[in-house]
Amino acid sequence: MSTLIFFEHKNDNISIASLHAVTAAKQIGGDLVALIAGSGCTAAAEAAAKVPYVSKVIKVDSEEYTHVMPENLANLIARIAADSYTHVLATATSMGKNIMPRVAALLDVAQVSDIVEVVNENTFIRPIYAGNALATVKSLDAIKVITVRSTNFDPIANIGGSAKIEDSKGEGDSGLSKFISTHQSNPNRPDLLSAKVIVSGGRGMQSSANFKMLEEIADKLGGAVGATRAAVDAGFMPNEYQIGQTGKVVAPDLYIAVGISGAIQHLAGMMNSKVIVAINNDEDAPIFKVADYCLVGDLFKILPELKASLDHL
Amino acid sequence: MKVIVSVKRVVNHNVKICIKADQSGVDLTNVKMSMNPFDEIAVEEAVRLKEAGKVSEITAVSIGPIQAQETIRTALAMGADSGIHVVNDIEIEPITVAKILKSIVEKINSTICFLGKQAIDDDCNQTGQMLSALLGWSQATFASRVEINDDELTVNREIDGGLETIKVKTPTVITTDLRLNEPRFVSLPNIIKAKKKTIAQMVASDLGVSLSSHLRTIKVVDPPERAGGIKVANVYELLSKLKSEARVI
Repeated sequence: MSTLIFFEHKNDNISIASLHAVTAAKQIGGDLVALIAGSGCTAAAEAAAKVPYVSKVIKVDSEEYTHVMPENLANLIARIAADSYTHVLATATSMGKNIMPRVAALLDVAQVSDIVEVVNENTFIRPIYAGNALATVKSLDAIKVITVRSTNFDPIANIGGSAKIEDSKGEGDSGLSKFISTHQSNPNRPDLLSAKVIVSGGRGMQSSANFKMLEEIADKLGGAVGATRAAVDAGFMPNEYQIGQTGKVVAPDLYIAVGISGAIQHLAGMMNSKVIVAINNDEDAPIFKVADYCLVGDLFKILPELKASLDHL
Repeated sequence: MKVIVSVKRVVNHNVKICIKADQSGVDLTNVKMSMNPFDEIAVEEAVRLKEAGKVSEITAVSIGPIQAQETIRTALAMGADSGIHVVNDIEIEPITVAKILKSIVEKINSTICFLGKQAIDDDCNQTGQMLSALLGWSQATFASRVEINDDELTVNREIDGGLETIKVKTPTVITTDLRLNEPRFVSLPNIIKAKKKTIAQMVASDLGVSLSSHLRTIKVVDPPERAGGIKVANVYELLSKLKSEARVI
């Protein structure tokens, strides 16, 4: 048994997101091989070689991988995977979700998306219906292509390993697509997927301007700001802030839900948070059923109090 | 330029689902069904491109039981020109759906396929990418803006932490995200007009696709419930609990 793990990286270092996939791969068992594809990615390959349990790093340093274009990467991953691997893993980030189904199709196998638990080498648990049900699924394919939900597997350490690095050739540019630009929404606050604290607002926030209050509280706690689909649909916040079935799935240590009723689709994205606080004026709001600490009241009175108290903390 | 939009019939997003007692799956008897919300966005985008004169013909495809016809009718009422219904009563996986769609794409010679980024029942988020790979086409997933210029599309994609802009060559597969557009309400005259549009019926074997499965569902269960919480009276009590009891601040 051997697992190929697609590592996300920024040339000079590896992404924490991929360390979650290593934990899942370790639970599956067998040999672990990391794939680093990029252009000028030697430092990232060296960083991947230090990840415990990784026995080999395959480094593909070639121009066509300067940007993460799925057409190019899927061709590469599928070629390497077809060699001798039983499993191909990536973390279910927007990058992993973009590339891995393409890999599966090229290998003519199914993909098991967003696993939250490894039962054994071919059986996995994954949420369906926005996390309202958990399906145990057995893969009958010779190569199992899997994406891993990061919130359910703690990241492995990034020191202590000593894997060998092996160079491999690229597949050339498919010429099908071209990267133009990225627009990072807020580089100063932690990413939703790695934040320890998330302060999140719903339709109850009433306006885009009122989200400022949540931002101030998030900054005091060193946290990130999130929003419900309702708040995004209403135009209060951009889509990348959206937490839920169709947005991001998060599991911070502390999740503060403000003016959020608790629609099924939102709960799916935050139910695994360690501690949930809900602030809402409707005592019957479903969010209170999942919250550890429930504060019933007018958020426009509570938020200024909360901010003032945090100032003195 | 011909376009295909795939539309899936799924449990309505407002329905609280129930799991069958034998743990074989989710109980779908007498449950309200609708078009997958992301597929509605896909139909809307295709129709807008047709209205803008960029697209000549839209075919809505659905794979599913006899009732999937209703889903196709909805797409026709929104503005699709014709439908293809691949009649199928068993649960099939995204890889198989992608093979069926590939065969249809080749049959009607379409240039763009619009799909929702994921279905809200199985939450797989795979079919568009798989279809693109099988066809050897470009892909633009999680699209929030699509602009067509001749044989190239400029697409904004929703990615973790922001937006990405890419250019893809046609033919291409686009999967739609929430912000792409707001689907129109279907008017009564359009529903009546849609009844006159044709829906071709076929089965997977007509298209040369076998329905062999790659995955087996062992069981489906309820997720573990969170233990109930406590009510706090004010901000002061909240913060002191978070500090001394939960130890998260």
